[in-house]
Amino acid sequence: MSEDHSFLDVRDLRIHFRTDDGLVRSVDGLSFRLERGRTLGIVGESGSGKSVTSLGILGLHNKRNAQVSGEIWLEGAELVNSPPEAVRKLRGRKMAMIFQDPLSAMHPYYTVGKQIIEAYRVHNNVSKAVARKHAIDMLGRVGIPQPARRVDDYPHQFSGGMRQRAMIAMALSCDPELLIADEPTTALDVTVQAQILDLMRTLQHEFNSALIIITHDLGVVAELSDEVLVMYGGRCVEFGPATTVFDRPEHPYTWGLLGSMPRLDRGVTDRLLPIAGTPPSMINLPSGCHFHPRCAYEPRTGGLGRTVPPELNRAGGGSHLVRCHLPSDERQRIWSQEVKPKLEAQ
Amino acid sequence: MLTFIIRRLIGAVLTLLVVSMITFGIFYLIPRWAGGSAESLATRYVGRTANPEQVQAAVKALGLDQPIYLQYWNWVKSIFAGADFNTGTSIEHCPAPCLGYSFIGRNPVWPDLLDRLPVTTSLAFGAAIIWLISGVAIGVLSALRRGSFFDRAAMGVALGGVSLPIFWTGIICLVIFSYGLGWTAPGGAYTPIEQNPGLWAYDLILPWITLALLFSAAYARLTRAGMLETMGEDFIRTARAKGLEEHTVVTRHGLRAALTPIVTIFGLDVGLLLGGAILTESTFSLPGLGKYAIDGIVANDMPKVMGVTLLAAFFVVIANLIVDLLYAVIDPRVRLG
Amino acid sequence: MKRRLVVGVAAGVALALGLSACGGGTSSSNNQGGSSGNANAPAFNAAVGKVFNPSDKKGGTMKFAISSDWDSTDPGDTYYGLSWNLVRLYTRALTMFKVVPGTGSQELVGDLAEGLGESSNGGKTWTYKLRQGLKFEDGTPITAKDVEYAVSRSLEKGTLVNGPFYFNDFLDLKGYKGPYSSKGQDNPAIDTPDDHTIVFKLKKAYGSFDYFAMLPSTAPVPQGKDTGVKYKEHPVSSGPYMFQSYSAGKAFTLVRNPNWDQATDPNRKALPDQYDVTIGANADDIDNQLIAGSYQVDLAGTGVQPAALSRVLGDPNLKARADNPGSARLWYTAINPEVAPLNNIECRKAVMFAADKTLYQQAYGGPLAGGEIASNLLPPIIPGHQKLSVYPPGQDNKGDVAAAKDALQKCGQPSGFSTNLSYRAERPKEKATAEALQQSLGRVGIKLTLKAFPTGDYLALYAGKPSYANGNKLGLMVYGWAADWNDGFGFLSQIIDSRTIRASGGNSNLSVHVPEVDKMIDQAVAETDADKRNQQWSAIDKRVMEEAVVLPGVWAKSVTLRGTQATNVFVNEAFGQYDYMAMGLQ
Repeated sequence: MSEDHSFLDVRDLRIHFRTDDGLVRSVDGLSFRLERGRTLGIVGESGSGKSVTSLGILGLHNKRNAQVSGEIWLEGAELVNSPPEAVRKLRGRKMAMIFQDPLSAMHPYYTVGKQIIEAYRVHNNVSKAVARKHAIDMLGRVGIPQPARRVDDYPHQFSGGMRQRAMIAMALSCDPELLIADEPTTALDVTVQAQILDLMRTLQHEFNSALIIITHDLGVVAELSDEVLVMYGGRCVEFGPATTVFDRPEHPYTWGLLGSMPRLDRGVTDRLLPIAGTPPSMINLPSGCHFHPRCAYEPRTGGLGRTVPPELNRAGGGSHLVRCHLPSDERQRIWSQEVKPKLEAQ
Repeated sequence: MLTFIIRRLIGAVLTLLVVSMITFGIFYLIPRWAGGSAESLATRYVGRTANPEQVQAAVKALGLDQPIYLQYWNWVKSIFAGADFNTGTSIEHCPAPCLGYSFIGRNPVWPDLLDRLPVTTSLAFGAAIIWLISGVAIGVLSALRRGSFFDRAAMGVALGGVSLPIFWTGIICLVIFSYGLGWTAPGGAYTPIEQNPGLWAYDLILPWITLALLFSAAYARLTRAGMLETMGEDFIRTARAKGLEEHTVVTRHGLRAALTPIVTIFGLDVGLLLGGAILTESTFSLPGLGKYAIDGIVANDMPKVMGVTLLAAFFVVIANLIVDLLYAVIDPRVRLG
Repeated sequence: MKRRLVVGVAAGVALALGLSACGGGTSSSNNQGGSSGNANAPAFNAAVGKVFNPSDKKGGTMKFAISSDWDSTDPGDTYYGLSWNLVRLYTRALTMFKVVPGTGSQELVGDLAEGLGESSNGGKTWTYKLRQGLKFEDGTPITAKDVEYAVSRSLEKGTLVNGPFYFNDFLDLKGYKGPYSSKGQDNPAIDTPDDHTIVFKLKKAYGSFDYFAMLPSTAPVPQGKDTGVKYKEHPVSSGPYMFQSYSAGKAFTLVRNPNWDQATDPNRKALPDQYDVTIGANADDIDNQLIAGSYQVDLAGTGVQPAALSRVLGDPNLKARADNPGSARLWYTAINPEVAPLNNIECRKAVMFAADKTLYQQAYGGPLAGGEIASNLLPPIIPGHQKLSVYPPGQDNKGDVAAAKDALQKCGQPSGFSTNLSYRAERPKEKATAEALQQSLGRVGIKLTLKAFPTGDYLALYAGKPSYANGNKLGLMVYGWAADWNDGFGFLSQIIDSRTIRASGGNSNLSVHVPEVDKMIDQAVAETDADKRNQQWSAIDKRVMEEAVVLPGVWAKSVTLRGTQATNVFVNEAFGQYDYMAMGLQ
């Protein structure tokens, strides 16, 4: 029980899954903090543990096959060791989640209005009429036209963007202080994407909620986040303010991410710079630094990368942290002299 | 919606027509392909030692010497316009829908069908409710406790229930529960519901359970599979993320979605069963449509078999229609048309 | 998961099998209480040749059951033995078989009639006098005209299709077809000089007309109440019971007929108050209910099902409730003289010699449930029966291979020959017989190709149709036959008279066309002296046997169960079944 708590304080979170093939270490020692009104972007490739983390915060893992250890402090209450019933009462009310595919994430047999009403009434003892009015309100606030009519429509009767708005309305119906958005725009058209991101920013300001955006899309991260957390192999490999991480990244993986991002201001015929190798097996993670088999700079660690897991250490300045054996000045030098020119030359 | 129903009803009538034609064809053609003539066929519908005149009389009376289309047309005509029948002392007119006169007993088929329908309906619906409730309950529990002892035991018993032949389980159950322990009614006992509802249920409880055993096994497995699939869906995760209690998630979100295929199959199963639960009725000596069909088939009594076949086909077609309509009601994504 | 599932299923099956064994034990232990304390201690065959549990106690509801329906409850439209047995509850014919166990039932006595018929005109005219005081169930008196009407309507084979043909064949009808086809006409063959006298005029002499008078066709039917084909729904009763309810193919109930006068009926005791008959019950379930005591009789009278048979014979308590009656039924195989080389009598004799009759008996269920090995045609229950020894299959009945081979030599087929054998596909006993014959005849080189045919068409299209049987070389045809009544004519007339054979099919006579036999039949038919007649039928039996066109197999017997509450139980040999009319309840 520590005094100095942020609104959300995740400490050394480990989420392991027991499978027939072995122990899957999806999240292996993750720590971060988040204040109200701030946005954290969590980036990483498939299987890096991003979604598992978010589900873990909400307590949605099945106790039978998931081992969750560590601490999750939400406004002074520790969630990992709380009874499930207590965590359930917080879900939807204090912390809510928006999912990637709103068509599959909403029940196809109930109207949108009914599902929002349900979300509202589970935490608020009001009549159906009051809840319905609130649902119409919410639909209006997320920018759905004619909300009084659309409240009785089914999810499949909405377009993709409107559906995601409805999902957001449902998630926000109880004024949660923590909102987690798991790939909120991945299933949407680019134009709609921008609208949704805009909406989320507006609502965050309105509700003063803490927002975690989980995505593999660096553009989305850049748009919304105050801070960025790069995950690899179940751990944080780089953390810092968004501008810092994008301008002066210091982890080889982050360099790779930035390099493999298609950009409009680059030549169309130029090739992308993918990261060599494949994502690691979460059961048999590489020894030492999890990234070492794919790291072009591993030889420069003098064998450390292969044997010793690196700790988070300070980068450039401020709250910028990087998990790498290379010294920070070495990393900065590699960035500015080797990687950055290559990216700009494309 | 209305056009959909009308189109389906027209399709139903056509289906019934085709079914009746095929059944009639079987009755008409197969014995003739085996070398039978109208006379040799008629010998089946007369006494043990018939002379040629009597056989001829039977041929004329039953219309066996008429060409196939004429025989069929007469039968179809009788459905809409009724038929006249010479009882010997008078002419009896059986009103539409007259499904003909039994070749063996020379009594009209339609009143027999109506008489036996309540027995089959009682058997079918009673067993259906039992198997639906028990099957779904066990399936849900098995799915939720997947891999547990309960799950394995339930699925094992389900396998047994599906595999054991009903004519064996039925007789054994009668011997143990009716004649041995005296808890249930003996074979053949049936009281119409309007006479005495309590006795009606008491008479049918053993056939209900025996028949339900067969189906609930299948439904348990189906529900289990459906639940396992549904509970892995995204909207279940969302429901939990909203903070709903687990039992609400399982029933209102999980079961509601998993039940759709079950409901449709249920409708079809009941529709089929209404055509006659032949084995159950034979085993428990219940005088229903199934028993009637068997009697007709064994005696080669064409009008009886035509009657039951048509009625059974009718139930199946109607069941299909209801199930399709129900599906549209349950799942708003389904559009009829 | 798979392994455990298999174990689970195996355990389940074992449990179920164990339960079935338990089920048997439970029921039989329930019977021990019921059977003790009777005047007659139950014993095997206690109802054959004597009355088991005699009683005059009236009351109770008798419960009968049967698994498949018979042709009709209309007395003028029925041909089943069990129906002729049962019909005496609600109808009375002119004569009836004496209601006693043993051979006494061979004797005919008057039922509606005061006594047996008087013949005149050389056996071409028969006169009966009805008793006084006879009434229908509605109180109207029964007159000779009602008997005439009953016989006349039974002539209408176009409407009432099931009944026997004897009146059609023997009455001097002069073109009269019956009250439906010859509307308004009088039946020239039957006269009713007064209300209590009826006279029958025949085309040709028939010495045992009293048997015809026994037929249910003579049970009186009031013309005003005749509804033709629908009459079976409520035949107007002349007997001690009348129909209360009737549901075709399902059930019917008989209750006491208030207008039946015991004083007019010395043959019936009418003990139960009510009869409930259930039709279409599951055959195995009937046996279980018989054992448990909810049914008193299986009306079919052909014995318990194989499933119950081993239980009955193996459990001393149940066996003590069982009887082993014989009936007037022969299971046999016709030897077709139209199919070479069986056209040569020596080849036919070879078949007779080589057949292993013990296997034949086994095929039908052994000595108890199958019957006695038959040495000729007439079953033991028929008066005039003798055990003959024509072409015997060895002393032990297992076949005389030497004699068979000798006969084969004589017919020019020393190493045997091939032919086809037909049987009814749905009858497993006939299939077993076919296989037994294949095996035993194969010993002498007679190779049989077995051919199964559907039961419904067996006589109409296959074995009973000469063009098919001869054209397809059906040398041997497995069949069986039961008597219409227990005398030579009642048993043999349909199966050995060559004049009954029709080219169009449907014949019961599959192989016998011997002109000498036809002449002997005509002689026996005209003979009025019963003893002489019986001897003549026995001689006919011998002559047919000598022709080697019939291989007799088994004289049928069955293992039947008495109900737990039934009194006055005995086998009426006229039917080969329990007398359904005589029984009462404890």
